[in-house]
Amino acid sequence: MSILRIIVAYLVFPGFLFTSVVGLFLTWIDRKVTARIHWRVGPPWYQPYADFLKLLLKETIVPEGASKVLFLLGPVLGVVAMTILAVMLFSMNFNPQVTFVGDLIVIIYLLALPPIGIIIGGSASKNPLASVGASREMTQYFAYELPFLIVITSIIIKAGGTIRIGEIISAQAAQGPFLYSFSGAIAGVVMLLTMQAKLGYVPFDAPEAEQEIMAGPFIEYSGVSLALFKLTRAMMLFVLPLFTISLLWGGFADWWAVLKFLVIVVLVILIKNTNPRLRIDQSLRFFWIGTGILSIIGLVLTFYGL
Amino acid sequence: MTNAKLWGLKKSPWVFHVAAASCNNCDIEILDVITPRWDVERFGIVLVGSPRHADALLVTGVLNRKSLPRVIHVYEQTPKPCLVIAVGSCTCDNHIFRPSYNAVGPYDKHIPVDVYIPGCPPKPEAIISGVVKALKRL
Repeated sequence: MSILRIIVAYLVFPGFLFTSVVGLFLTWIDRKVTARIHWRVGPPWYQPYADFLKLLLKETIVPEGASKVLFLLGPVLGVVAMTILAVMLFSMNFNPQVTFVGDLIVIIYLLALPPIGIIIGGSASKNPLASVGASREMTQYFAYELPFLIVITSIIIKAGGTIRIGEIISAQAAQGPFLYSFSGAIAGVVMLLTMQAKLGYVPFDAPEAEQEIMAGPFIEYSGVSLALFKLTRAMMLFVLPLFTISLLWGGFADWWAVLKFLVIVVLVILIKNTNPRLRIDQSLRFFWIGTGILSIIGLVLTFYGL
Repeated sequence: MTNAKLWGLKKSPWVFHVAAASCNNCDIEILDVITPRWDVERFGIVLVGSPRHADALLVTGVLNRKSLPRVIHVYEQTPKPCLVIAVGSCTCDNHIFRPSYNAVGPYDKHIPVDVYIPGCPPKPEAIISGVVKALKRL
């Protein structure tokens, strides 16, 4: 019975199926808002599903001379990580007692898997542009991970030194969301920027710049494996705002959380549509110097309890 | 299964633009088609950067001895099923380059072409109508 419930949890409700359907819907919101900003009409609501279905049923080509196993493993890593992450976050939000010690650390590692999948896949595909993209992805990963970890440290301090997300959520239920303080607001801004980079959206999309390196690590992907990469992105668009809400904005305490969720998604889309692309060295400098100093100021403010 | 495949292909044809030595007029008109005024993303048509992602190849320009092997190479790199849409008079019948020693003939001598869009250059409306015809033929 409980095994069946676990399987259903991973494959259907908070897990794979639910996350991918909602995530693909969020990518439609992304495309529609982008279109409205361009003063266009934009695609119909079923567009991401049609794209996904089409990619699933197309031919998958493995380039000659590429490492077959790694090339096909790359896309799967991200999907698996995002499925596990969605199940964990959902169960923590609706039942904060089920968590285990150190689940925040597990989640940080799971969030690292999609970029690792992209790096593995891009390097395995034996294409110079894909290698360039993979190396940029790696640089960018090291860039945004520093402010992200500093922000998470300050959240841990705020919650009284716990590394269980359930306890972080209950601490926020007791003393109000962390976002409504100086250090919390700084943490929110830094979290939003790192989310942008984790999603690979425009100011930080040097790894897959369509105009210069032709989608970078994804250039040799087609069919099912490309569909899995697109699905990973869509699931991240669902999971990352959920993660931010859980850590900073009080978790899914009531139905207002849906509105908070949409606010975060639309903010990400607006940043994406109103900024030019940064070069990879600029984005490294942005994250290590600008955002890094900001997040350290947030950490110091957290120490003084502001 | 085939119905789902057909529906997906009709609703989201991703296009790769093969500019095989054209004079750029057709290329500019193709770029016009994705501007807000014509906005083909309404129909799910997106320009992609790699032939691996493409479902349709928009070929422009007169085919010559240098570009022929490249075009065939790109066609072979594209995952099947894929459409080939020939944009511009040059692609249909070599146009003013017919007597040239270097023009190796219209595209359908070398790769299967699904729809021809004549015009020098064709208007954006003509390109959209050609793509719609190609999708209807599926």
